[in-house]
Amino acid sequence: MPYDLWALYGKMLRCRFYEEAVIKLWEEGLISGEMHTGIGEEAIIAGVMDHVQDGDALALDHRGTGPLLIRGIDPVLMMREFLGQGDGLCGGMGGHMHLFSEAHLAASSGIVGAAGPAAVGFALSAQYLRPGKIAVAFFGEGAMNQGMLLESLNLSVVWKLPVLFVCKDDQWSITTRSQSVTGGILTERVAGFGMNAVCVDGKDVEEVWIVARAAIEQARKGQGPSFLHASCVHLEGHFLGDTMLRMVKKPVQGMTGIVVPLLRSAARKGGASWKRRVAGIKNMSSLLLKNYQQKSSRREDPLLFARKKLEPETGRLQELEKTVSEEVQIILDKVLALPLTPREEIS
Amino acid sequence: MRKMTFAAAIDDALAQAMQQDSRIIILGEDVQTIRRNLLVRFGEERIRSTPISESAFLGAAVTAAMSGLRPVVEVMLVDFIGVAMDALLNHAAKVESFSGGKWRVPLVVRMACGGGYGDGGQHEQSLWGWLAHIPGLIVLVPSNPADAGGMMLSAIQHPGPVIYLEHKLLADYWLDALGAGGRKTIRYDVPETGTSGKVPDRWEAVPIGKAVIAQEGKDLTIISVAVGVHRALDAAKVLTDKGFSTEVIDLRTVAPLAREALINSVAKTGRLLVVDEDYREFGLSGELAAIALEAGLPIKFKRVCTLQTIPYARHLEDQVLPNTQRIIEAALDLMNL
Repeated sequence: MPYDLWALYGKMLRCRFYEEAVIKLWEEGLISGEMHTGIGEEAIIAGVMDHVQDGDALALDHRGTGPLLIRGIDPVLMMREFLGQGDGLCGGMGGHMHLFSEAHLAASSGIVGAAGPAAVGFALSAQYLRPGKIAVAFFGEGAMNQGMLLESLNLSVVWKLPVLFVCKDDQWSITTRSQSVTGGILTERVAGFGMNAVCVDGKDVEEVWIVARAAIEQARKGQGPSFLHASCVHLEGHFLGDTMLRMVKKPVQGMTGIVVPLLRSAARKGGASWKRRVAGIKNMSSLLLKNYQQKSSRREDPLLFARKKLEPETGRLQELEKTVSEEVQIILDKVLALPLTPREEIS
Repeated sequence: MRKMTFAAAIDDALAQAMQQDSRIIILGEDVQTIRRNLLVRFGEERIRSTPISESAFLGAAVTAAMSGLRPVVEVMLVDFIGVAMDALLNHAAKVESFSGGKWRVPLVVRMACGGGYGDGGQHEQSLWGWLAHIPGLIVLVPSNPADAGGMMLSAIQHPGPVIYLEHKLLADYWLDALGAGGRKTIRYDVPETGTSGKVPDRWEAVPIGKAVIAQEGKDLTIISVAVGVHRALDAAKVLTDKGFSTEVIDLRTVAPLAREALINSVAKTGRLLVVDEDYREFGLSGELAAIALEAGLPIKFKRVCTLQTIPYARHLEDQVLPNTQRIIEAALDLMNL
């Protein structure tokens, strides 16, 4: 069966609009702590998730919203979970980094690399109990330096497990350039374990879909695991309110809070030579700028990339966008129509 | 005297130590951003960002410390130490014993801990009791800027491995990064006296294993660390109004425990209330009770601790973590025993 770009674009849109609604809730202070969105990785998620069926398992990282949305989790319950409500997906106990659904065999973790062993375990039970079913692991390239993930790659090869490892590479391990802390080339590293490893353009949902189909078919047939290395850009930064992005976006605020202590420290007696200090400041500013430029580059936006291909049919496109937008608005309305448990003032 | 935030005090003490001792290096995840103020003064060679490979870089720091360096290692949040526990449990903590006391590991592991901002049970744990369980590890948990700086210096000067925990409600940059994220729409119960305060002009090491009496009293003793100390002091005010004179002790060090300070206070008051943000079972609170019992003191005892996985939802989290109301209730129960 060939892919349907319209359907894939619809799924990507749904993820985007849903997470944009989540951003508003976070900005209004209805979500308390961290919030990692998957904005910018929708093509990877939609292209892979389109092949996932009932009985397949999902090992998710701290950006599980998109995969779960496409998998068919109740969107109202998931958003209620983000609001920490007792009627949320996990009773308000888990939050966005710890989403679980036994019915969907979906488990998340906020520990970097934990999706590796989780997928291996899901695949192991599939091998015994659900032949033809697979496990998918989603993680970032930062996780590729985590021992437990590398051990999982090996284990899945020697046990010929039905796993698809999906590495969403945004080039940043939080605020550290992944390139500066990663040796070699990731697909070659994985190939070294004897695993099929493929590189794809993560903004191109069609390409992801085609490659993921081949890998997942192979896994279903019992022919072992695959690794998908897909590029992406996290357009909202590592998480909402990303300090690094804020430094560039709101330089006025940053001036007093960040630049003043920085320069004061750089000018203090005792420490490295002036040459090294200047080099430190230079490297840091170029890192900040690079981070900002990359994350504000709409050229890498997977939605715009897919949209271009559909643009000839403007009417249909606008209709689809309107429909999805209305759908998400209905979800949001439902979420906010339910009562919110207030924080009791304690002191 | 100068005035400083909790976070600035730690880095200022670190800077003082780094200036004097070129063997001190900082390594850990994102330290080139998080410790940028130190980076621009001491250079990139001494502030080294690592891959997300906790078991490798913490394990490596153990032998780097054994062979001449003085690493201050960061794994961001104490929750993430799970990944690298072997380096602490089976190596850092054991080298001194295994070598017959002939080789030591002058390592500092700096981690953020604690909850109260809605980040869920994988990012808000305290775990100081869990770490203190292991013989061979020092565990420091400061509650105010002066101690935060002084104890960082003691950690660096100590010849063995030291766990240094900074609570996220006290260290403003952590709370901003993981909590508010620049928003003005969210509020956290931050103990102001812990986040900013007077610090010495020049840092001196705070003695390890020495508690301080934060408030003197004679009817009951409340013992805690970090944010718990401030919650206890708030509770003590209410208890005073109710006619009970409360002694509040800030342990500062979880391992080794200040046995004498505990025994002296409880011998006087006869009542011990432990406020511990870490888990109740098999932890600090039980240990403190045991010390009092072993000393033959006929104490009355209560504890306010974390009993379960920390909920993500703020309204649930508020109840699960020790709060002032729970402390007051437990104290009143204790007075009625």
